[in-house]
Amino acid sequence: MIEFDHVNKHYGAHHVLRDITMTVSRGEVVVVCGPSGSGKSTLIKCVNALESYQSGHILVEGVDVKSKARSAAALRQRVGMVFQNFELYPHLSVIDNICIAQRVVLKRHAGEARERAWRLLDRVGLRDKAAAYPMNLSGGQQQRIAIARALALDPEIMLFDEPTSALDPEMINEVLDVMTALAADGMTMMVVTHEMGFARRVASRVVFMDKGEVVEDCSTTEFFNDTKSRADRTRQFLDKILSH
Amino acid sequence: MPDLSFIARNASFLFDGLLLSLTLTAAGVIGGLAVGIALVLVRLFTGVVGNCVVDAYVFVFRAIPLILVIFWFYFMVPLILGRPVGAWTSAIVAFTLFEGAYYSEILRAGLKSVRAGQMHAALAGGMNRAQALRYVIFPQAITAMIPIFLTQAIILFQDTSLVFVVSLHDFLTATTIIANRDGRLVETYASACLVYYLICLAATAGVDRLKRTFAR
Amino acid sequence: MNYQWNWSLLLDEPYAGWLLAGLGWTVALSVVGWVIALPLGTAIGIARTSSSRWLRVLSGFYVSVFRNIPLLLQMFVWFFVVPELLPDRLGLWFKRDLPNPEFWTAALALAFYTSGRLAELFRAGLQAVPRGQVMAADATGMSRPQALRHVIMPQALRIILPPLTSEFLSIVKNSSLALTIGVLELTAQSRQIENFTFHGFEAFGAATAFYMLVALILNLVMVSLRRTLTLPVAV
Repeated sequence: MIEFDHVNKHYGAHHVLRDITMTVSRGEVVVVCGPSGSGKSTLIKCVNALESYQSGHILVEGVDVKSKARSAAALRQRVGMVFQNFELYPHLSVIDNICIAQRVVLKRHAGEARERAWRLLDRVGLRDKAAAYPMNLSGGQQQRIAIARALALDPEIMLFDEPTSALDPEMINEVLDVMTALAADGMTMMVVTHEMGFARRVASRVVFMDKGEVVEDCSTTEFFNDTKSRADRTRQFLDKILSH
Repeated sequence: MPDLSFIARNASFLFDGLLLSLTLTAAGVIGGLAVGIALVLVRLFTGVVGNCVVDAYVFVFRAIPLILVIFWFYFMVPLILGRPVGAWTSAIVAFTLFEGAYYSEILRAGLKSVRAGQMHAALAGGMNRAQALRYVIFPQAITAMIPIFLTQAIILFQDTSLVFVVSLHDFLTATTIIANRDGRLVETYASACLVYYLICLAATAGVDRLKRTFAR
Repeated sequence: MNYQWNWSLLLDEPYAGWLLAGLGWTVALSVVGWVIALPLGTAIGIARTSSSRWLRVLSGFYVSVFRNIPLLLQMFVWFFVVPELLPDRLGLWFKRDLPNPEFWTAALALAFYTSGRLAELFRAGLQAVPRGQVMAADATGMSRPQALRHVIMPQALRIILPPLTSEFLSIVKNSSLALTIGVLELTAQSRQIENFTFHGFEAFGAATAFYMLVALILNLVMVSLRRTLTLPVAV
């Protein structure tokens, strides 16, 4: 579904992504973790062409991200994204946030878009907030709306860029619950997160990145249980984030 | 190539005009700053009534066109002093009081830009309001204000051209006189545009550099 | 100070009529200038934030020209110089056949001058919208114009609304410069009444009152616009 083939990216002298090669299959949930500055956010933003890269290839559903055969807009209809800071549109109500891309990108009729929005609001449990504005919602509610907004275009793949790291602790679970349900429905997901509990329960694979390279890429059970086979940096990282 | 020798012939006349524009600008900046500081002090130390008076002053001067202000003082200053004073004096009075309104608002915004916690900390440390302003607030506000002061001075430099309406020979008026006398409208006005453009562009670039220095 | 007050003369003909006619020209200049300046300034402001380098340079030059030359000089250039540079027949039409040439040149000068200022305002407003918003719009497959139209501009407009209304007040005030090329707008009329009657206080006072009225109305408009546009916040 997503294939990375020797992907390299530089920011001036800074080598942000080093020779990334891996595959995400249909229905897989891949958790990407690593210290800050390890390139994990950049990596998933390359998948929907929000970031560019200098060499190598990324294929999404078999088509190169940079291919002229498919526009960036067409690619992004297939790949939904959820941001760390939600990035809901503050000037639009919740329901309009979910409808706007359906209207202008997919050219759906208002009624059709709204019907889809209502179903998604049910799915994230926020039907009663349809008329509210983002700034009146809690962080957890905003992030659930952001997930609904991304799902409104019926994507095949969902990218999550640290979806819970801007949230107060008591709101993290409501968002992870929505993501867990999504995974159970068979959505292909790449999730940048430090929520190791979520990774353990939901992920099919865990990728650990450091300094722009993939250090580990293995099944969830291997990652957490077979700690002897893990690299030193992985163990150090896990010790740090699991110590309390 | 158009013949521009007539500009060279009139260089000293034009230069005197430019000098008058720059002098008026300097007078407006200095006088306006003095009035602006006075207005802000009134705001800070006289309570509600003082604030209302300053609000009204600022509102009036920002609501009416500068030309009308110039007319007002051209007509009123001699009347108040009881003797004719000429366009120059009345123009300086007009620019001083007009710019004072704008400068007081820049000062106020600059002081406001310093976080309220700083004033509280200074008061809690035993300073009085005047000391807090002098030693804590003002030093922090000044770097934010200086570039805006200078930008306002560039606007003022352009605005001094309005003394045209009371026949003071500033740069634009001098240009107009020559343009009409020599019948060379196109070349004369084009040159004047270039002079103003280059002066303001250089000044703006200077202000930008200053801003970057402060930002470091 | 020795002065004979006579406020009632403002109600006498022809002075009352002059003032009202002046107010009419002031409003007409401001509105015509604004109607041209707003779309022009918006377009140039968008070009200032464009990803194309030459569009940025070109629009930057446009803004710097109209902002670094005094409006009065710009007005003289439009009035005295531009008709000379136009093709003969167009120049002749401009000078001879265009009804109210002073009015139209003044409105044009005001429009271009104001468009430069509005462009800077729009540039600042567009750049003040957080980058994440642009990314979110991109991520849902919106094109550049779609993102601008539905996501970025609505937020930028809310940010620049207060300075935008004060720009309108500026064009009203700046329209007074039209008196130098012979448009009998409000300030010109009050000056003329002063000339005829030597009652400067009353004449300039009336003009001042009108300008203050315009400023007050604009303040009210801004407050109510702000109220309708401000996004509801939970109490």
